[in-house]
Amino acid sequence: MTADPVTRYAVTRNACKLCAPLGACLVFRGVSGAVPLLHGSQGCATYIRRYTISHFREPMDVASSSFTEEAAIFGGQAHLEAALRNVIHQYRPQLVGVATTCLSETIGDDVAGFLQQFRDAHAQQELPPIVHVSTPSYEGSHEEGFRATVRAIVEQLADSESADDSSGPTRINLLPGMISPADIRQLREILEDFGVSATVLPDYADTLDGPAWDGYQRIPQGGTPLESIRRMANANLTIEFGPSGEPATMASDWLADQFEVPCHTQDLPIGILLSDKFFQAVEAVSGALVPPKYLEQRGRLVDAYIDGHKVVSGKRAIVYGEQDLVVALTQFLCEIGVQPVLCASGGRSGKLEHRLKGMFSAGEMPSVREGADFAEIEELSEAAEPDLLIGNSKGYKLARKLGIPLVRIGFPIHDRFGAARIMCLGYRGTQQLFDRIVNAILQYKQESSAIGFSYL
Amino acid sequence: MPKGVDIPILSERQAQIHQAGGAGQIECEKKSLAGAVSQRACVFCGSRVVLYPVADALHLVHGPIGCAAYTWDIRGALSSGPELHRLSFSTDLSTMDVIYGGEKRLYQALTELIGAYEPKAAFVYSTCIVGLIGDDVNAVCARVSREQGIPVLPVHSEGFKGTKKDGYRAACDALSQLVGTGSTDAVPRLSINILGEFNIAGEAWIIRDYYERMGLHVVSTITGDGRVDDIRRAHGASLNVVQCSGSMIHLAKTMEAEYGVPYLRASFFGLEDTAKALYDVAEHFDDPELLERTRQLVRDEMAAIVPQLQTYRKKLAGKRAGIYTGGAFKAFSLVRALRNLDVATVLAGSQTGKREDYQQLQSLCDPGTILVDDTNPLELARFVQEKRVDLLIGGVKERPIAYKLGVAFCDHNHERKIPLAGFVGMLNFAHEVHASVSSPVWKFAARNQTSRQTYAPQDMEANP
Repeated sequence: MTADPVTRYAVTRNACKLCAPLGACLVFRGVSGAVPLLHGSQGCATYIRRYTISHFREPMDVASSSFTEEAAIFGGQAHLEAALRNVIHQYRPQLVGVATTCLSETIGDDVAGFLQQFRDAHAQQELPPIVHVSTPSYEGSHEEGFRATVRAIVEQLADSESADDSSGPTRINLLPGMISPADIRQLREILEDFGVSATVLPDYADTLDGPAWDGYQRIPQGGTPLESIRRMANANLTIEFGPSGEPATMASDWLADQFEVPCHTQDLPIGILLSDKFFQAVEAVSGALVPPKYLEQRGRLVDAYIDGHKVVSGKRAIVYGEQDLVVALTQFLCEIGVQPVLCASGGRSGKLEHRLKGMFSAGEMPSVREGADFAEIEELSEAAEPDLLIGNSKGYKLARKLGIPLVRIGFPIHDRFGAARIMCLGYRGTQQLFDRIVNAILQYKQESSAIGFSYL
Repeated sequence: MPKGVDIPILSERQAQIHQAGGAGQIECEKKSLAGAVSQRACVFCGSRVVLYPVADALHLVHGPIGCAAYTWDIRGALSSGPELHRLSFSTDLSTMDVIYGGEKRLYQALTELIGAYEPKAAFVYSTCIVGLIGDDVNAVCARVSREQGIPVLPVHSEGFKGTKKDGYRAACDALSQLVGTGSTDAVPRLSINILGEFNIAGEAWIIRDYYERMGLHVVSTITGDGRVDDIRRAHGASLNVVQCSGSMIHLAKTMEAEYGVPYLRASFFGLEDTAKALYDVAEHFDDPELLERTRQLVRDEMAAIVPQLQTYRKKLAGKRAGIYTGGAFKAFSLVRALRNLDVATVLAGSQTGKREDYQQLQSLCDPGTILVDDTNPLELARFVQEKRVDLLIGGVKERPIAYKLGVAFCDHNHERKIPLAGFVGMLNFAHEVHASVSSPVWKFAARNQTSRQTYAPQDMEANP
């Protein structure tokens, strides 16, 4: 690699990440009957709602404890209690998910203690479970907030004493991370086709991509049922998409530790290799063979790879976004012959380079950036000379400036329709992603050609 | 039982809901109730939206990343020149900064950014934790201002220190530090500033063109298509025309007190309000030729659009609308504009209306209209259903409420990309409303289906 051409700024310019409470809200939206409640200023909830609604085009109610100056000075207990009472009265939730913010964390509110007092004070009433997660916005990004919330839900609800039907089908916990509703739906279908009973957490397939309603639903239908979450302690396997060797943050590690549920951790199943890995894991635990329909999907995908390989061969791509997404996309690009030239993420795990290393032989490693912002990606793009960008819609300005295609994937997608229905997982999702990449390059060639062939 | 009635209203919210013509008065100007799921944002939001369109200033958000990330390039506020406002800068405070303080990082960030982007001024927005970790933002701003030779203005917009309105005030305080620092030598007598016009989709250009055709010099639009140097000499204008009065009235009052610039309130939404905004200004200057030019302008503009408006009016007649806006002033205009289209307003409210605003709103609406202050999704859903609303007007957060219920929607918030101000804006508004209301898709909406076709929860695939 040549000398670093980029000045390291003290400031973040056009962030390539969001804050941790957003991740928490998404996860809580994926639990049946849950309402997310942010313990902080009113603005956090409202901004996160707007940002999320603009992507999914679905209602996204997030409550707030609506801090005032007095609360910031004397503590937010009274506000949190009022918020809980009002949320419970208005929404009749099956669960309230309380996530903290930079404000409540900085003043040192003992939220766990507040919640215990609240439960004690309302011992006569039947309160819904209240899950608490610490998500200060100055620590980690939305990706870490998402993961911490999945872990918090499992830690606080999974229960080995819950009804265990060991005579039933194989039970799998699937913790897929931040993926689209369409991909959640697809994963559910795959597991169903294997004949296993799956608990997908979170499951916002229906809450964030639901049908038109007859009358208003206070909390959209769908989401992981609480009873299923409780029974996660008794599953035969937990599959979690994310980094391996992170026992402090992964819910799968916790379930293994506490309840001896075996776990299979792998990167998001994008591309053939990672999808194979996923299908093999399900095959192994279920004892069922991969259903023929998936072998057919795989076959068609291999056929498409071959049909399209020349279009993508040697193309140079910049990949950015959440680290889990960047890692899996990079692996996929390698397998189709696209050369990743810059892999960037706004998050800072310290592990990104390590996770990518195995995919490249010596000397071929792309530039890898953690804590990157879009200004830095733009500066690095000069040396990287990319042919295309792959990531969320916030990269549009750069794609426009460089005059190259942007293949939109991940979160947020604020400038296109149908974000909830974009797939990239499994053979079927990879097929769609591959088609989109090939077509993006074809369209670019066609539009930048002086001749304008209609037959390519 | 009409649909929606089973949605409970929180007891502490009931006084903020009022039926036009009913006894008593609506309560308002309260802090949002915890857990109520207010549609309001925070103090920071108020400051950010007001200052956002100043296109040659640096906007640095001092805090953890969220506040800057969620406000990156979200307003449809256009610039005819520099576009520094469309970039997002944050000190992106991390745990270490929270422990040891963020002043150093702030100083370094400002120094780097001013060096790299050469702005005419810098606004530094304080977010929630800045005061709590003990940062002296004023001192850092003063130091950088001395060193770099440009105004570096702290905006005290900690999210929890009040409501969005307090954020407007903090923004006005920052702006008033700029006003009065430029030369007014070349400013003619027949001159105005347009305050509270943010140039969403180029609206400030439409309004500015009207006043220029009337023969007035527009010193500055604050803050739409805003420039630091124009704001600095804004005190040279003879009159402030204040739209969206909630956000900018504080600056207008400050300028009246400090520089003797009088102000009048205006709205540029709808035919009547736009015409009035032009006539009021013309009358202020007491110049017969100016008045005549204004009459001519209004005649010409009206003649150009009224026939098309009539077509829309016929198609929209008898429809029922719900309105939920940030400031109440826009709601007044919308009630009148909708009436021009023969659409009745049956539900109206705002995030930040004052008591006198609601009195005026009530007087504009038909008896029985539901008025809501600082409402929330459940209340809106309830009244949209109860009042059989055909069309909801609001912003992105209100849109899914309408669409889920099979109700038409028109975005009148700051993210929109279509100009709705002025005479031409009224035509666009009618077009927007009509495009949604008249769509054939509503016949498939669940509420218009027979029971057999209606989506039922048991049809949904359960997560076992």
